[in-house]
Amino acid sequence: MLEFPSFINIPLAEWVDAGMRWLLTNFSAFFDTVGEGILGVLLNIENFLLWLPWPAVLLIIGLLGWWTMRRWWAGLLMAGMMLIIGSFGYWDLSMMTLAIIIASVILSLVLGIPLGIAMAQNKFIESVIRPVLDAMQTMPSFVYLIPALMFFGLGKVPAVFATIIYAMPPVIRLTNVGIRQVPESVIEAAKAFGANSRRILFDVQLPLSMPSIMVGINQTTMMALAMVVIASMIGAKGLGLEVLLAINRIEVGRGFEAGLSIVLMAIIIDRITSSMAAQQQNKLKSMVGS
Amino acid sequence: MSGNDSINGNKVGQMRPEDIVVEVNNVWKIFGKDPQQVLNSDIKSSSKEEILEKTGCVLAMKDISFKVNRGEVFVIMGLSGSGKSTLIRCILRLIEPTTGSILIHGKDICQFKRRQLDYLRTHTTAMVFQHFGLFPHRTVIDNVAYGLQIRGMSRKKRHARAEEVIKKVGLKGWEKYYPGSLSGGMQQRVGIARALATDPEILLLDEPFGGLDPLIRRQMQDELFDIQAEFKKTILFVTHDLHGATRLGNRIALMRNGEIIQIGTPQELITEPKDEYVRRFVQDAILAKVLTASSIMSQPGVTLYEWHKPDQALQMLAAKEADHAFVVDRSGKFLGLLNAQNLSEQRRGQSVIGAMEKITNTCTPESSVESLFPLAAASKHPIPVVDEDGKLLEQVETSAIFNSMIRRTEEEKGAGVS
Repeated sequence: MLEFPSFINIPLAEWVDAGMRWLLTNFSAFFDTVGEGILGVLLNIENFLLWLPWPAVLLIIGLLGWWTMRRWWAGLLMAGMMLIIGSFGYWDLSMMTLAIIIASVILSLVLGIPLGIAMAQNKFIESVIRPVLDAMQTMPSFVYLIPALMFFGLGKVPAVFATIIYAMPPVIRLTNVGIRQVPESVIEAAKAFGANSRRILFDVQLPLSMPSIMVGINQTTMMALAMVVIASMIGAKGLGLEVLLAINRIEVGRGFEAGLSIVLMAIIIDRITSSMAAQQQNKLKSMVGS
Repeated sequence: MSGNDSINGNKVGQMRPEDIVVEVNNVWKIFGKDPQQVLNSDIKSSSKEEILEKTGCVLAMKDISFKVNRGEVFVIMGLSGSGKSTLIRCILRLIEPTTGSILIHGKDICQFKRRQLDYLRTHTTAMVFQHFGLFPHRTVIDNVAYGLQIRGMSRKKRHARAEEVIKKVGLKGWEKYYPGSLSGGMQQRVGIARALATDPEILLLDEPFGGLDPLIRRQMQDELFDIQAEFKKTILFVTHDLHGATRLGNRIALMRNGEIIQIGTPQELITEPKDEYVRRFVQDAILAKVLTASSIMSQPGVTLYEWHKPDQALQMLAAKEADHAFVVDRSGKFLGLLNAQNLSEQRRGQSVIGAMEKITNTCTPESSVESLFPLAAASKHPIPVVDEDGKLLEQVETSAIFNSMIRRTEEEKGAGVS
């Protein structure tokens, strides 16, 4: 058998390590600032959710379910699921998880939607970002969990950071696709009436790509939720940590409760956000006509 | 194009500088990797196909020049791919011309900065598109008010203005609907209303009725005609519909493969086509609708003043071997027709007036030949041609009407003249 020659050797690992050391020594102040920013957003959301009385949370979830799905029993079902999570004793933990998800999604949107817009309007930017997105989605998440840990230390900040990296690609992609799908003829008309590129973006491109962006938001949210268990490994408190502890102690029942809670939360979040996306789509469809 | 005005009386050929609204000078558009290279070499004078083969560049417009006057409907015609849509887009710089200048009110818009260009688009021009280009997520009234919104007009004001225009195009009651729930014809009305809302001086119409079925197209053309009569816009109108072009256009520019082959009035295109292509292009034109009395009128045989005595009149008729004469008053105003037979029966009268037949069936130089048919059928004498004040100009003989309806090839024309 022919063995792979040892002289063909790319020392990528060494380069990356060197790069990491360089970043850590020269940019620690920068990472501290970013980390503080993320933590600020997260703590505000977490404190608010934990401050909310539980019946209020149930009511909000119920109303959201009713409003987005247009059925009263759907709202009741959503609220019922949340009640089950609470009955397992996981109310506070689920609120913490929800806070990480909301913070990650908000930051993903704040970064992702402008990136998607930039991609749609500039071929060069698209050709640069596209492979980066592919890498973000296929790279095993543990690989960037460790550097995140080195930059931000243990706790919730690296969890949010890792979640953003994992969850941001769909909203970028779908914003890009949505804006590219806006008919050229409509943009041309706006131009002909003297609209500058900013007006075209806000008057025509964004409203018409809203359904696509909403689907992106839904997918981003679901991916953020999927990251919860993994994020718990670097010390983010929440439902994921509960699963991790149960596995370590081989407590099947406890693990099942925590796992089911995550599933229920996933259903609630998915139903509500995907119905919002469908609503947007129907609204536009009814305007455009058959 | 000398002598335009004498043929057609509507002063199209006379261009005073202040009347020129749009002036296009030597505009080229070449799509492809290196348009400048094509422009700088001799190859630019060869055909579209040759340029494509040798350089890979697509020649869309070749050395286009023309002027459009205030209040004129200037039609750009040609088959698809002839560059007419590219041309009208260049006038707003929705497509950038490769070279050349486009002057609107004497200012070269190719030198305009972004903001000047946006100002021009919001204040001076407006465009109607073949595929409507309506905003599907905005109601009819918000579509119509879009141009005003860009200008920064308050919601209340712009809605009031939009409502006025919507009423004008016959869409009252549809303000709150979305374009998607309207038929094609109604959608284009929204498009037209949107263009009219800003009260632009120049209207650019890119095959506005191309996507509509013939009945609706005809109706919309009529409405456009009314709108033009009311507002007197300067209109650039791209179409491949010959009948629409001849009905609406003061002048027509015929394009082929990115070049303007001929510019002229509908009549000129039909009576003096520059080449075989133009002739074939206009062969479907309904002659009777396009040709006007001015192209077939001739000098009247005998013209008499009202004070002429019957004896004098008879002598004059006899001298020219005519059997009739037109009678005019001191100022040249047309009064009636004198028949030689009637005259000889009443030769004792004071003047020719007594024997004169009053005729109301007159026409003007702008009258279409079609409108002369019933007049010719009702009278066995030539039809008098008068101007706006009723002054006698010339006459149209029945035989001239028949003659004008015969389409001749070039050879036959030559034979006919000699």
